[in-house]
Amino acid sequence: MKANAQMEQQSEAIVKFHNVVKRFGNFTAVEKADFEIGRGEFLAIMGSSGCGKTTTLRMLAGLEDPTEGAIYLDGEKVNGKATWDRDTPMVWQSLALFPFLTVQENVEFALKMRGVGKEERRQRAEKWLEKMQITEFANRNINQLSGGQKQRVALARALVTEPKILLLDEPLSALDAHLKVRMQAVLSNLQKDLGITFVYVTHSMSEAFSMADRVVIMSRGQIEQIGTPEEIYREPYNRFVAEFLGSANIFDGVVQGPAGADGWQVAYEGGETILPKSERPDARQGQKVTFIVSAENMQLSLPDSGQPGIEASVAGEEFIGGTAMVFLETAGGQELKVQKSHDELSVLNLHPGSKVVVHWESGSCHVLPGENK
Amino acid sequence: MGNENRIINALLKLHIVLCLLFIFAPIAGSFVFSLNSDRFPSLPLGEFSTEWYRLIWEDPLVWQGFGNTLVVGLTVAVIATILGFGGAYTDFRYNFTGKSVYVALALLPPTIPVVIMGLAMLAFLSRVNLSGTTISVIIAHGVMCSPFAMAIIRLRLSQMDPDLEAASWNMGGNQWQTLRYVIIPFTKPAIFAALFITMAVSFDEFAVAWFVSGLNETLPVKILGFLQGQVSPRINAIGSLAFLSSMTLIILAQLLLRSPEEEK
Repeated sequence: MKANAQMEQQSEAIVKFHNVVKRFGNFTAVEKADFEIGRGEFLAIMGSSGCGKTTTLRMLAGLEDPTEGAIYLDGEKVNGKATWDRDTPMVWQSLALFPFLTVQENVEFALKMRGVGKEERRQRAEKWLEKMQITEFANRNINQLSGGQKQRVALARALVTEPKILLLDEPLSALDAHLKVRMQAVLSNLQKDLGITFVYVTHSMSEAFSMADRVVIMSRGQIEQIGTPEEIYREPYNRFVAEFLGSANIFDGVVQGPAGADGWQVAYEGGETILPKSERPDARQGQKVTFIVSAENMQLSLPDSGQPGIEASVAGEEFIGGTAMVFLETAGGQELKVQKSHDELSVLNLHPGSKVVVHWESGSCHVLPGENK
Repeated sequence: MGNENRIINALLKLHIVLCLLFIFAPIAGSFVFSLNSDRFPSLPLGEFSTEWYRLIWEDPLVWQGFGNTLVVGLTVAVIATILGFGGAYTDFRYNFTGKSVYVALALLPPTIPVVIMGLAMLAFLSRVNLSGTTISVIIAHGVMCSPFAMAIIRLRLSQMDPDLEAASWNMGGNQWQTLRYVIIPFTKPAIFAALFITMAVSFDEFAVAWFVSGLNETLPVKILGFLQGQVSPRINAIGSLAFLSSMTLIILAQLLLRSPEEEK
């Protein structure tokens, strides 16, 4: 599916952002957004609140106009084109269902606005009610529905015009964890069935990474990285992304010189390590590098084992299903995270204040290419 | 509820009962005496009688005043509600510099002392040769009633999820369609409430009408005329009817403002 989506995307993009800037007064909400969205792609735009992700979506919907740059939708430049003249339906965080209309009337709304006749409206709405499995609620009032049912009405209402692209603004944020996962499955399957483009704005990494073909990570109006979930997870581009993902330890180091045929000797505060040469082939002596080691690639030993590494003391532990995240603090004050199975940890018999030595295989280091450029 | 003080509770209840008594005792009294055969209101009561209602029923002056009141009230209700809706929607929809001044000015008329309002209206309307006509009363009452309509509709709009409007645009509804299919249906209860309340305000309004109505007197102005001529239990009968009609309008408005969809 992913490879498929990428091929289609190469053939033709449905959305192009060309150096798009959006300012509100002195505040820059989106800074030089420049990317494309492929036909049939599921793209997630992720970031914390105020990062510009919703503004980006609203510009695509035509609810905001870019201050600079151009947005192309299906090959046409759409700057200044009113939202009611576009076919870019949106599923709202608040759902924004009309409380004075029945479920059926809500779903028919977009068709009514486009002047579609009564009988055709009814038939098309019924098809979508059926597809979303809410036919039995057709004549209900919106306030008589549960959260999940409302979600389905919102989706049916947005899709009734059979658009080429669907915009979703944190649609699942109000649901409880169980329902959220179920609706994620509904959305994923729907997108595959319809083969249309989904642009999904969220602050939740698990939502973005589990559903999207590609993820855009934004912070303070800037796009920090675009890539498949695997790419972003394995190879975060810069410190922001690595910190945002939260599962890696970040080190600032300086290249000391070559180490063997395919490595660099790197010194960092608290120790030295070997980076694979492939991570930064053009490095010179004295160059600064920032690299990460993911929490699950870190190893722990007791100080008396004689294993070289960083000495640290245990600050605490957090359970994550079958594993635990151990939080450590080095003498220099740096905080480290190590993720291990409960079995491995029980052998070490750790408790807060225990001294340990942290080390890793040289191959598990990844240099952040976006830093020290 | 252990933190309730019984004495304070009792005093508060007494306070409410007294307030209601002061408001409603004269009205109830006037209602009782309107059905009393004696010419002067005195105790003990005389016989039950609908004589005074018969008299006003047969009095052409009362009918004339009632007709004027009705024409003015209905017209004012429609005009004031349209103006009020416009004012409230402008406030909801747009942000502009000086908006707070605009809202304050739009809501100002009821705070102006009625005598000053009446004099100003008279001065202005006579200058444009409108004083003494039914239209002049409609204009004056329209000015006084539209802030009430605006306040009611504004309150309703403030309860609306602002995304509803954007969602309608997003689904292909242009601004007029959105006004018609989203904003007006959403505010409908408030629009009807505004119609009833502005009508009730216009029915009861005396001072400004007295200044500008000339010969086309509305019922409250007529009542004053009756009072000046002679004390008659007819006043009680008219008063009771006027009270009943105003209360009906206000109660209807209250029922509408209970926001029906939240109850379900």
